[in-house]
Amino acid sequence: MATKATAVATPPASPPRFVELIPHNLNIDFVRLMVPMLIVSWTIIAIGLASIYLRGGLNYGIDFAGGTLVHVKFPQATAVADIRAALERPGVREVIVQDVGGGGLEFQIRLQAAEGEDESATASAAKAGLQSKFGEGSFEVLRVETVGPKVGKDLWRNATLAVLASTLLMGTYIWFRFDLRFGIGAAVALIHDVLITAGLLSIFNMEFDLTTVSALLTVVGYSVHDTVIISDRIRENLTKMRKEKLVTVVNRSINETLSRTIITSGTAILVTMALFLLGGPVIHSFAFALLVGFTVGTYSSIYVAAPIVIWLEGKVGRTA
Amino acid sequence: MGSVTYRALFFAAVSLAALVLLAPTFWSTAPKWWPWKEPLRLGLDLQGGTHLNYAVGIEQAVDNTIDRVGRDLEREFKGAQVGAFTVDRDGRKLLVRLANKDRRQDARDVVKSRFPNLVVVDAGGDADFAVDLTPAETERVRSGVVEQALQVIRNRIDQFGVSEPTVIAQGSDEIVVQLPGIQDPQRAKDLIGRTAVLEFKLVAQGPAAGTVDAPGPGMQVLPGAVNERGGRPKYLLERRPIMTGDVITDARVAPGGSLEGPVVEFVLDAEGTRLFGDATRANVQRQLAIVLDGYVESAPVIETPITEGRGIIRGRFDFKEAQDLANVLRNGALPAPLQLQEERTVGPSLGQDSIRRGSLSFVVGGVAVMVFMLVYYRGGGLIADAALVVNVLLLLGVFAVGGFTLTLPGIAGVVLTTGMAVDVNVLVLERVREELRLGKSARAAIEAGYERAKHAIFDSNVCTFGSGLILFQFGTGPVRGFAVTLCVGILTTLATGVYGTRVVYDWLASRGRLKSVSV
Repeated sequence: MATKATAVATPPASPPRFVELIPHNLNIDFVRLMVPMLIVSWTIIAIGLASIYLRGGLNYGIDFAGGTLVHVKFPQATAVADIRAALERPGVREVIVQDVGGGGLEFQIRLQAAEGEDESATASAAKAGLQSKFGEGSFEVLRVETVGPKVGKDLWRNATLAVLASTLLMGTYIWFRFDLRFGIGAAVALIHDVLITAGLLSIFNMEFDLTTVSALLTVVGYSVHDTVIISDRIRENLTKMRKEKLVTVVNRSINETLSRTIITSGTAILVTMALFLLGGPVIHSFAFALLVGFTVGTYSSIYVAAPIVIWLEGKVGRTA
Repeated sequence: MGSVTYRALFFAAVSLAALVLLAPTFWSTAPKWWPWKEPLRLGLDLQGGTHLNYAVGIEQAVDNTIDRVGRDLEREFKGAQVGAFTVDRDGRKLLVRLANKDRRQDARDVVKSRFPNLVVVDAGGDADFAVDLTPAETERVRSGVVEQALQVIRNRIDQFGVSEPTVIAQGSDEIVVQLPGIQDPQRAKDLIGRTAVLEFKLVAQGPAAGTVDAPGPGMQVLPGAVNERGGRPKYLLERRPIMTGDVITDARVAPGGSLEGPVVEFVLDAEGTRLFGDATRANVQRQLAIVLDGYVESAPVIETPITEGRGIIRGRFDFKEAQDLANVLRNGALPAPLQLQEERTVGPSLGQDSIRRGSLSFVVGGVAVMVFMLVYYRGGGLIADAALVVNVLLLLGVFAVGGFTLTLPGIAGVVLTTGMAVDVNVLVLERVREELRLGKSARAAIEAGYERAKHAIFDSNVCTFGSGLILFQFGTGPVRGFAVTLCVGILTTLATGVYGTRVVYDWLASRGRLKSVSV
């Protein structure tokens, strides 16, 4: 594609030099790749949804599914099979033993109470089982959590509502600050981010609990940053480049803002990486969701939100 | 001194204040004269302890109220001498049947004059009339239940001896109890969850009593305490209690006989003394059952009338059990049963571990971001880094002064804030670079950079703030801690990243040092 100089001021005699990750005069034809990217995006979403379907739902933690979680730590490496054997007793419906952090030292054990049994009795029984197998004081109980089934049902509804409300709120805000097209673009991009994140949580079998939902909400609130940056520039360029086609304006705007889009997301992804690698098992899936969500959110502001603005040209809102 | 100097002094003062507020958290040996003593408040997931979430059985409380009203009604009818009558429960209604139909109006008048909280409604069948709680009364009971339950639980917990317990309502029908430092919550759970409805009922006798398997009308069968053989004996009792535990003013543990262990002594108020006196006088040599939460604790024989308003409950208690029983009797019954829905216990070592891991992520993530900013934007990056340090100080300072609770997700929120905060600087500095490429002077470029970036900064942060508010609404406990960090972090970011860094540039400009800019 032919480049076209649109600078309005005279460039300085000796142009200033900066440390740059992305050359400032970059001119990639992002718009041309929109259709292939669309296919890639929705294929990933389809795979994610298929994974959720095939696994019979997300890997719900006890916040959602109800049940008991016992988090224990052994001083020496212990086999998952031994722990399972220790927990074996009649009536317990489901036992999941997960080695967290690797190395066979720390385990999260999820149990479902036996029919008609009090949930807190389940935790006591599990502790007793481990004690009789490994001996008193041979392991440390780091935490015990018990959630009744009623809580989980309310939580599902509230979580879905919160994510939808957030998305709608972002879309509406962008609509008021920019234009309906931008609002729709932002909202669709956010739904895209949430779907991909949920799909990857399923594919990597990450636990889906209360903190994971809060990560999704954070993704919704933060992904919109890049969309705002690009939309802001498209709007600015639309007034500057009245004679250009919308596609050219969008391309130019994405290129001009690419460096800041990548750096702003990059710093957020950097700290999330620190949380993911160093934050420990309690917030592992939380950090994972943020990591995926932020990354996808950056991509989606370029390849989901912007194309929608182009496709809705002349259909809704003002025309360029 | 220009306005720039004042703004600079303001930021310096605020940073200093934040340092003063945070010192007690990081140096436990702060000197005596230090103006701020409180360390940051840590959530249960960081300091260890037990979190309990109860659902309050509000409808059950309405039921209980109707039962109580039924008893009051019987008493008043007796006083008004309306002849023989019965009062029976039928769902939410009380059916009144009179032997002498001519006294119907008198009975209705009793209801009207003595019970403003009741309405007379039509009764089907052979009942003379029915009464129901007024809608306003039902509403009052509903809204009062959680408040009363909170009060009862607070009193019970206060005497249990936990430091800094939290007992708060959540939503319309939930109560959250947080007990820092408690690792084995069984005793606390028993204490909180016990309804502690105490009733005194006569053991049935005579031809109308019926048998344990076929109790007569107005009789009921209740299980007793577990006996030596591990079984629960059954008691045949008169359904109507002669009095209930709400007339108890005090209860304490007293030494019992040599073989029985401690007993619980209780003291009655004037009304209770009268009721108890009358009942015991009329029933000497009968057995009186002391029923706690539906179990007969003991059923002593009334030897002589008890008129001094004191009594003793014997059971096979150990000292702690007796202590807890005295506690719940002193502090009254729960207005409704509680159902434990959620229980989370975090051990102290996991809390320590979480603090360590959270801090490590914070340091590694924060340093990585700062190094990047410094390398990429040089001078501008240095100013952004300084703003970031002040930002984190302010964020934690707000937590200290506002008494907010720091949780593990909250620490994650601080870590995230460091990554998101520099966004505003990136937006401004990238814009400054663009303006410089167009050949603007350093000062004009910075001016334009802030001006042009402000829309994107404002809009994006409003969005994140909005989702933070929704998150706060949605979440509980640790998640709320995260939502608060996120929202407060946005405010401190705008303060430091936008206004704070601007002060630095203005200050440089005012001293004539902004001929060139290093971004």
